[in-house]
Amino acid sequence: MNTLRVSRMTLALSAALALFGCGQKEEPKAAAPAPAPAAAAPAAPAATAITVKIGHVAPLTGPQAHLGKDNENAARMAIDELNAKGLEIGGAKVTLELVPEDDQADPKQGTIVAQKLVDAKVNGVVGHLNSGTTIPASKIYFDAGIPQISGSATNPKYTQQGFATAFRVMANDVQQGKVLGEYAAKQLAGKSVAIIDDRTAYGQGLADEFEKGAKGAGAAVVTREFTNDKATDFAAILTKIKSTKADVIFYGGMDAQAGPMAKQMKSLGVKAAFLTGDGGCTPEFIKLAGDASEGQYCSLPGVPLDQMPGGKAFNDAFSAKYGQIQLYAPYVYDAVMVMVDAMKRAGSVEAAKYLPEIGKTDYQGVTAKIQFDEKGDLKGGAISLYQVKGGKWEYRETVGGGAPAAPVAAEAPKADGEKKS
Amino acid sequence: MDIFVQQIINGLVLGSIYALVALGYTMVYGIMGLINFAHGEVVMIGAMVALFFVKAFSGLPVVILLPLALAAAACVCMAIGFTIERIAYRPLRRAPKLAPLITAIGISIILQHLAMLIWGRNYHAFPPVIPSSAHEIFGATITSLQVFIVLIAAAMMAGLTLLIQRTRLGRAMRATSQNPAIAQLMGVNINQVISATFVIGSALAAVAGLMVTANYSIAHYYMGFMLGLKAFTAAVLGGIGNLAGAMLGGILLGIIESLGAGYIGDLTGGFLGSHYQDIFAFFVLIGVLIFRPSGLIGERVAERA
Repeated sequence: MNTLRVSRMTLALSAALALFGCGQKEEPKAAAPAPAPAAAAPAAPAATAITVKIGHVAPLTGPQAHLGKDNENAARMAIDELNAKGLEIGGAKVTLELVPEDDQADPKQGTIVAQKLVDAKVNGVVGHLNSGTTIPASKIYFDAGIPQISGSATNPKYTQQGFATAFRVMANDVQQGKVLGEYAAKQLAGKSVAIIDDRTAYGQGLADEFEKGAKGAGAAVVTREFTNDKATDFAAILTKIKSTKADVIFYGGMDAQAGPMAKQMKSLGVKAAFLTGDGGCTPEFIKLAGDASEGQYCSLPGVPLDQMPGGKAFNDAFSAKYGQIQLYAPYVYDAVMVMVDAMKRAGSVEAAKYLPEIGKTDYQGVTAKIQFDEKGDLKGGAISLYQVKGGKWEYRETVGGGAPAAPVAAEAPKADGEKKS
Repeated sequence: MDIFVQQIINGLVLGSIYALVALGYTMVYGIMGLINFAHGEVVMIGAMVALFFVKAFSGLPVVILLPLALAAAACVCMAIGFTIERIAYRPLRRAPKLAPLITAIGISIILQHLAMLIWGRNYHAFPPVIPSSAHEIFGATITSLQVFIVLIAAAMMAGLTLLIQRTRLGRAMRATSQNPAIAQLMGVNINQVISATFVIGSALAAVAGLMVTANYSIAHYYMGFMLGLKAFTAAVLGGIGNLAGAMLGGILLGIIESLGAGYIGDLTGGFLGSHYQDIFAFFVLIGVLIFRPSGLIGERVAERA
């Protein structure tokens, strides 16, 4: 009996081992033939049709839903355009499919959604919108080897983590904060500056960079106040700032707070210039602040759309289909285009294959000439400053980048490309 | 200090709104011994209805538009208050107090999601129909809208006090809150009185909702949650079940929050920043419950367990 049981156990164990062992050998064999048909496809006539899934993540609900929807529309427009033109990558006919997700601008939700996209085996991700969600999600994409191009995450940490899959198509906050700080100190003649931020990765990061830039340019930072990205009442902190008699108030955060903040500044009689980063550079800010938005400033990476080749055409096409551009639509459009361009140059839609090609991108987008440095940041990013005049954002000047930096108020861009010395 | 007066004025405006909402909590508690957690959501619905009414009819002159918007919001809120009482609280009148409490939280969640389904999750901007002109008093700035808010809140509170003290309905309400069984024997229709309490409280909530959305120019489906919690704290601070207590507690809480948020950075040496301004309401709540559970001017301690 004993020997029977032992021999039965041994038989069972060895059967299990054999299955396991054979299974392992099976897999490499199974993996090997898979790329082979893909590689063999170019030889075969282009009869294979593949669907490429591009994930897109942005807050589609909550206070920033209008920005998230704007991004999604831009991604959709890029994909529709590419599908309509007919796409062939590596000899196979490719149809692009957008996989949109909502991260509610919440870092916790962002990681859940990122994992969802990884499990859905998307070929690439465009997003997220907020730095606070992009940074934790980037780790998940890096671990899965999925390339990620963000059109709006400006916090420097995103590319400083050393992830080969992380890219962005706009200048980061190190540059933006510096430019804003110097603008506040010099052009706005701010001797004393008050800084408010919303304690998100983006708002806090931008405010810190602004503080460095402003101090470096000779302004005194009189106070730093904080709020959060869901608040609507700023009376207490604005009252405190009023007592410091600051010349310039800088807010690091999004338009859903910047708008009411500007309005409450006016109600409280706070006499200071109001400056925000790219988060406040939207039509929604003007809507929420009402009359109080008049004369306020903001900055946006890149140059005005109508100064870029293809910019006006994009603006017209987008506005006809989806309404007024909110903020990051052109950048997300470029991000999708860059991703597909890299796929074309690599001749493959597989993440491992086209990832190296993204780093070698040299693409003329609607927002800028897109080239990446070794970290994944945009090379030569410019920052433009705008002011609200007559209920609309009006361009003031551009700093940095190779773009003509002379203040061009209403003139057409100079044809001979004069550069400011 | 030059900003002290400004902070007090900010607190006064905030406190008037809290006081109006706290009245709804305290009335319902006084009559039924129930904390109506759905009340904050009723305020939110009043705000949303008012905002969309103003958006839809923004062509009308302000003096006609605002009272109409208020009337519309009040009608919707009163209907909701009445409905909540009939379907959720009346069947549970004889149940142990925990059941209506949990039901109230459930109704609050239902109303939030209803608002989300109807009006979406975005923040909605209040149309700029109210001209805001700032005035300077004692070195502080206040807008005409804020003056209006304080005055209307005061008028509402005075009106409610008159109602409770001088009318038959008010007498019936006072009787019901003292002892429902005896009041019934005296010929008071308890059901009608309770319904009237909810309806009046909801009407006040609608007024508060319009004030909040006009003052901050924003309305969204989640705004009622925090506001309701703080107004409840205000009611407890003043003495829940006590009308004067709710008014006092509301104004006091507004001032405490405003001063606290303004000075917390200095008080804690930068350790806690102004983004912690919400903690004051809850510190007050904890303090009151530990040291003086009956509130500042509350006399009755709840006997109904």
